[in-house]
Amino acid sequence: MAELMYREALNQALAEEMERDANVFLIGEEVGRYNGAFKVSQGLLDKFGSARIIDAPISELGFTGMAAGAAMVGLRPVVEMMTWNFAILAMDQIVNNAAKLRHMSGGQLRCPIVFRGPGGAGGRLSSQHSQALEANYAHFPGLKVIAPATPADAKGLLKAAIRDENPVVMIEGERLYAVKGEVPEGEHVVPIGKADVKREGKDVSIITWSRMYYFCEEAAQQLEKEGISVEILDLRTLRPLDEEAILATVRKTNRAVVVEEGWALAGVGASVVDIIQSKAFDELDAPVLRVTGLDVNMSYAANLENATQPDAAKIAAAVKKVLYREGA
Amino acid sequence: MASPYSKELLLTMYRKMYLIRRFEERAGQQYGLGKIAGFCHLYIGQEATAVGAIEAIRPDDYMLSAYRDHGQPLARGADAGMVMAELFGRGTGYSKGKGGSMHIFDIEHHFYGGYGIVGGQIPLAAGMAFASRYRNEDRVTVCYFGDAAANQGAFHETLNMASKWKLPVIYICENNRYGMGTAVGRTSAVPEMYKRAVAYDMRGEPVDGMDCLKMYETVKDAAEYCRAGKGPVLLEANTYRFRGHSMADPATYRSKQEVEEERKNDPIPKIKDFALKKKLAKEEEFDVIDEEVKAQVDAAVKFADESPEPSVEELWRDTIVEPGEEDVRPRERVLGTKVKWPSYPSGKELKVTWDLEPRAQAEKEDKKAGLAR
Ligand SMILES: Cc1ncc(C[n+]2csc(CCOP(=O)(O)OP(=O)(O)O)c2C)c(N)n1
Repeated sequence: MAELMYREALNQALAEEMERDANVFLIGEEVGRYNGAFKVSQGLLDKFGSARIIDAPISELGFTGMAAGAAMVGLRPVVEMMTWNFAILAMDQIVNNAAKLRHMSGGQLRCPIVFRGPGGAGGRLSSQHSQALEANYAHFPGLKVIAPATPADAKGLLKAAIRDENPVVMIEGERLYAVKGEVPEGEHVVPIGKADVKREGKDVSIITWSRMYYFCEEAAQQLEKEGISVEILDLRTLRPLDEEAILATVRKTNRAVVVEEGWALAGVGASVVDIIQSKAFDELDAPVLRVTGLDVNMSYAANLENATQPDAAKIAAAVKKVLYREGA
Repeated sequence: MASPYSKELLLTMYRKMYLIRRFEERAGQQYGLGKIAGFCHLYIGQEATAVGAIEAIRPDDYMLSAYRDHGQPLARGADAGMVMAELFGRGTGYSKGKGGSMHIFDIEHHFYGGYGIVGGQIPLAAGMAFASRYRNEDRVTVCYFGDAAANQGAFHETLNMASKWKLPVIYICENNRYGMGTAVGRTSAVPEMYKRAVAYDMRGEPVDGMDCLKMYETVKDAAEYCRAGKGPVLLEANTYRFRGHSMADPATYRSKQEVEEERKNDPIPKIKDFALKKKLAKEEEFDVIDEEVKAQVDAAVKFADESPEPSVEELWRDTIVEPGEEDVRPRERVLGTKVKWPSYPSGKELKVTWDLEPRAQAEKEDKKAGLAR
């Protein structure tokens, strides 16, 4: 297996799927001659030409809707959002059109399309460029939402998303593009809707996704030294949520911490907690805790930025709390 | 002078316009009876813009519209009973009662929907036109929207792309002079919508939207232009709605006199008079059509009224495509009539030959500018 960066894994998935199916095309700002703002589409223009790798004007609403129209009549567009912060301008086309076409037409239409691009906070970019927005999309019926943490999952989930008959929102980790990992060659498809136990443990479950997985892993390693065995469940798909996997891990460890980069109120983690308390309340030995981004806008100053986000220390503290070991 | 139009064309146009008129009058009446709810935007007065355009294009050309969307699918051949059933919220409607008045979809007749967000369908149309070029088909896409929609960002963003990429799409702005209760001049710096095409270096023209034949000629010409790969066209059909914006609107923001004046322009008697004057049809032939259409609309109302509501299990269908699931073909499902369904080439059969930004030229320009690739 090759060791690839997250961005290279995505690039491989795109190239393979475009090779396999001529209906697949990529559209977005700077995806062609510039080779992608984050270099995910490196080399694709040379391979596939300008009708399939399309440099769009800075018209997020316009080109997103255009791609949805192409999907309505059988093409399979991949729309690259330069970042999800700007995709807010395209939200109408994603939620009012793509997500509802099948419903409004009573099952006559389908809209097989992928909206993908980097999301998440960090990098000293202040409040307009630094936010985790997946909860917004996870809210809408008619969309699937995925958020891979590792290069292998990034490749496998993107391939699955391109083959899916529904609109799929893929939030990539802006801070993960250079992360390296083993990536299976060729036909590696990760099913949408399946969470993954990234670390086996027996004392407590941490449930998370995307970039936060790495902080959880760091916390787990520290905690291991203190004799605490942590299981990490990487959700990978936020809509639909893998209820079975969530309940299975909670039934195993009887304790859970849900870690989310975004804001607490109406976050995806709130729904995870809801699933646990309504379906596995009796299995719990402690209330479920959440670690989330603080309920404030992101600041530029390094210390404020850090204080705003979850990190390994905050996660470890929450784990100890659900084990009633705080201050121990 | 002899008419350049065949009797058949004129009678077809008359029949379709009259069908839309009768259908809308009955829809208004059924709304009053509480059989139809929600928003119901009638098309009365604007029939010529739909019918003239539809007769000028091919049945397999794509078409889509906003929420004032009963007329276009009817003119394309949709089943009047099933459109009415959709307005009634019945399971036999085109969208099984899930869409209602604002979301009529009849894919069999290449009518890709009515949309409720002002201007939201404009980019979709460009995407459908893009797909035609991508697949080397000579299909055009016709997209309707209102004058108020032309102030949305979606309009400007899309015209820019459509023109730059020479997409075969005909945008028909139905300027009925009001966006809800707001007269066009109160909100639009340039109230002549066709002029906006200039900003995107594309073809733009005004057309008398109260005259079915003028619509027909203009759209025929525009479609040829699009099919020849010359790019998109923006038409401004100057028209008028005789009723309020929706059934909820008594339209007190305009004078009685204005409406009276506009009613003299009614496109339906206009085409009838034309045919009579040219001696292409007799009064009795129109009477026969009128009776047939009235019976058709009566039957549509009866069909809708007698149809059951959708089953509650329908709630859980049609949001996500499940693996292996087929698309729903409404007329097959409801009337048991076999229909031909659009099919698209698989990725294996498809050869993309279009160059959106020709390579050789780009390289030459780069070289001239001293840029490396
Ligand atoms: C984005 C959006 N804003 C507002 C509305 C409410 N609304 C519905 S129709 C309408 C007027 C639109 O007028 P126009 O585009 O000229 O079309 P017409 O109704 O005249 O056919 C408004 C304001 C809406 N549906 N969508």
